[in-house]
Amino acid sequence: MDIFIQQIINGLVLGSIYALVALGYTMVYGIMGLINFAHGEVVMIGAMVALTVINLLLGSGLPGVVMALIGLAAAVPVCMATGFAIERIAYRPLRNAPKLAPLITAIGVSIVLQNVAMLVWGRNYHAFPPILPSVDFEVFEATITGVQVAIIAIAALMMIGLTLLVQRTRLGRAMRATAENPSIAQLMGVDTNRIISLTFVIGSSLAAVAGFMVSANYSIAHYYMGFILGLKAFTAAVLGGIGNLAGAMLGGILLGLIESLGAGYIGDLTGGFLGSHYQDVFAFFVLILVLVFRPSGLVGEKVAERA
Amino acid sequence: MMRFEALRHDKRAAIAATVLIGILLAVAPFLIGSAAGSTWLRIVDFALLYIMLALGLNIVVGFAGLLDMGYIAFYAVGAYMYALLASPQFGLHLPMWAILPAGAAVAGIFGVLLGAPTLRLRGDYLAIVTLGFGEIIRIFLNNLNAPVNITNGPQGISGIDPIRIGGVSLSKPIDLFGFTLPSLHAYYYLFLALALAIVFVTIRLENSRIGRAWVAIREDEIAAKACGINTRNIKLLAFAMGASFGGVAGGLFAGFQAFVSPESFSLMESVMVLCMVVLGGMGNIPGVILGGILLTILPELFRHGAGPVQQAVFGKILLDPEALRMLLFGLALIVVMLYRPAGLWPSTRRRREFKGGAA
Amino acid sequence: MSALLLEARNIAKHFGGVKALRDVSLTIREGEIYGLIGPNGAGKTTFFNVLTGLYTPDGGDLVFAGQKLVASAPHKAAQRGIARTFQNIRLFGNMTAMENIMVGRHVRTSAGVIGAVLHDRRTCAEEAAIRRRAEELLHYVDIADRADDLARNLSYGDQRRLEIARALATDPKLLALDEPAAGMNGTETAELRVLIEGIRADGITVLLIEHDVKLVMGLCDRVAVLDYGAKICEDVPAVVQHDPRVIEAYLGGAVA
Repeated sequence: MDIFIQQIINGLVLGSIYALVALGYTMVYGIMGLINFAHGEVVMIGAMVALTVINLLLGSGLPGVVMALIGLAAAVPVCMATGFAIERIAYRPLRNAPKLAPLITAIGVSIVLQNVAMLVWGRNYHAFPPILPSVDFEVFEATITGVQVAIIAIAALMMIGLTLLVQRTRLGRAMRATAENPSIAQLMGVDTNRIISLTFVIGSSLAAVAGFMVSANYSIAHYYMGFILGLKAFTAAVLGGIGNLAGAMLGGILLGLIESLGAGYIGDLTGGFLGSHYQDVFAFFVLILVLVFRPSGLVGEKVAERA
Repeated sequence: MMRFEALRHDKRAAIAATVLIGILLAVAPFLIGSAAGSTWLRIVDFALLYIMLALGLNIVVGFAGLLDMGYIAFYAVGAYMYALLASPQFGLHLPMWAILPAGAAVAGIFGVLLGAPTLRLRGDYLAIVTLGFGEIIRIFLNNLNAPVNITNGPQGISGIDPIRIGGVSLSKPIDLFGFTLPSLHAYYYLFLALALAIVFVTIRLENSRIGRAWVAIREDEIAAKACGINTRNIKLLAFAMGASFGGVAGGLFAGFQAFVSPESFSLMESVMVLCMVVLGGMGNIPGVILGGILLTILPELFRHGAGPVQQAVFGKILLDPEALRMLLFGLALIVVMLYRPAGLWPSTRRRREFKGGAA
Repeated sequence: MSALLLEARNIAKHFGGVKALRDVSLTIREGEIYGLIGPNGAGKTTFFNVLTGLYTPDGGDLVFAGQKLVASAPHKAAQRGIARTFQNIRLFGNMTAMENIMVGRHVRTSAGVIGAVLHDRRTCAEEAAIRRRAEELLHYVDIADRADDLARNLSYGDQRRLEIARALATDPKLLALDEPAAGMNGTETAELRVLIEGIRADGITVLLIEHDVKLVMGLCDRVAVLDYGAKICEDVPAVVQHDPRVIEAYLGGAVA
């Protein structure tokens, strides 16, 4: 088995998930200039809801793929509602407040969601039942599972869909206008409140899918999973250039690759001095390097400071 | 505001107020100890450590306007400095008076190391880089037990020497002229003294040429440059000063706990200190102190209240008290920020800003 | 004729393919009020930004007070004695008027952390001097009654004056004003004119970018005209006013 190819495949799968979550961060940031600190928890809720529904359906005798799809279909609206509520309760009242105020409410929301999840689902890890057909494909002497193929395919489809939505539709144009200048967009007849709500809802639906993917791929879900996943995805968004959709996708995939290759080879690179525990260090280190040399991220536009 | 100004002008009232506060602070451990028990006195000792941290972070975030989300790393540096230099880990047992300044200095150097590559970044980019830096430090602490064992990895370092003053260990009751001072009380006075020193330093800095330069950078970096401020050096100075306060607090923490492990320096801790600064009132020293006290006490209140209250109301414990405590804490953060977006005790500047905005 | 204060030789600055400044050369003499005019987008503010170290020029050099000005960082330009104001006023909004000016003294003072903490005699004396000078300047620009107000709450005209006072606090040899009269009414402009003349009378050379042609022609000793990033004319106002190239630049080819 070829380890290099295998790590690339793992990296692409992980990266697709990061990219979906990163899109949620970057859309909100692009429109409001705000880090939606609670976005990772939305991912967690997506995973938990999907898992709960699937577990309820286990005795129904439905085919595994159908159960998974029903679980996913249940998770998406729950996450959309969560995203909508977060914006309404924690961010909208603070639009004109000092810049750090919404960051603190976001942290508050994140803590609340995490602990609500802990109350509802408990402290334990939940296993994803083995309902999905296990098909393995051989690619260049490496293995890719059917689930992994599905993850990459669905993520790609969603990213294409989102790009079309933003570039080609009326709603997308209103979103871009709001991102450019909210008050002028409003003067031009754009209902910016509605656009901002929709941005949260769309981002949250991507998060729901990503949460489902994580639990299906790693066969596990946990009330605390959203935090570190959100952190990584945000890192990916910044890596690509926050506020930029293409950047979030690129950043997500890159971060996934960096992490899996880094974890696979860091031992060899450092002569065994640093082990795979340093996977996260690798990711952050690359981030710092990128930002030092390209302060606005890989794809971000260079915004000259104006005098 | 008027009242405080009046106080400042009336010397006698000011002296009276200072004396009163002084007496209160002096007798506080005895009041708390007898009314609420040693658990709460311990929490108050921790509150003093958090006040030092919050004041340090306030220099970076509140004064200079640099959003640092990895601040706890400097606390970790100070704590591990103490742990490595005064424990069986390497068989070193240096005195506190040698370690604390060294810890402050090393933390300050780490502050500059963090600051130097990130100076060109602004706002949220800086936030994510500092956050990454904090995580990097924690991961290294977690893993530097192999191939050479330096930090003892996730197990942490135990058996750390207690803080000694003049050869007297603060970890045991101290005999003072026939009067016994319990350990927690002794630590209280030490932490109080250092917290007051840090308050003093912060106030002096705020009203100085350096403090004005920090605020100027926060307000408009380009205009600050045009006024001849070397923004690079002044920002690095903010990072170094803030970090060194964190280093001192970290050293005290290690001696007080006699144990350190990477778990104490998670991202959540950084977030907590940041919440203290913002929720209290960014840039305003009394506000930041208030934030430090509240956010140390509040979760503990919930912790000690969550179980018994449920027991009393429902006759049994329905909800996991730990989850309930954090849930209430999260809600408190949201509610406070929604109703007081500039913090509980904003600087007079901020308050005027709001009045100006409304006019 | 008085000595040269600033000599710009063939200054060039590009942004991508756009040539914002093409080989601009000009000289400013000590004690004069020098005007820099030109249509929108002619490169006036770009020249300012090069002069004050905000931009690095792509060609040419600047000689200031007899020494080459390595325009590497704005704070160094301030140190050498070039102070500026901004077209879209840039004050420290949440600091008081007084504090804004005190920040201006930063570059001429030296107290560090240790001095600030210990309050030694030198630091105290320096701090008192900063305060004194700031008060003088508040009176000088006639906003002493607003000393303790936040800069952002000052009226537009007062903000302009405060920005000038802050620049003067750096003890400049050359004060560069970027459209100081923009948005002012007739009375305010007249007061501004008196202020600028006073500044010159105190021995400070003034470089003025301005759209208000009447103000420039009445106030300046000499004027340079930029068009499409190039200097097309430099002379006393009476000559510049009648230069056909200037008229064409302002009115466009259609009329000429």
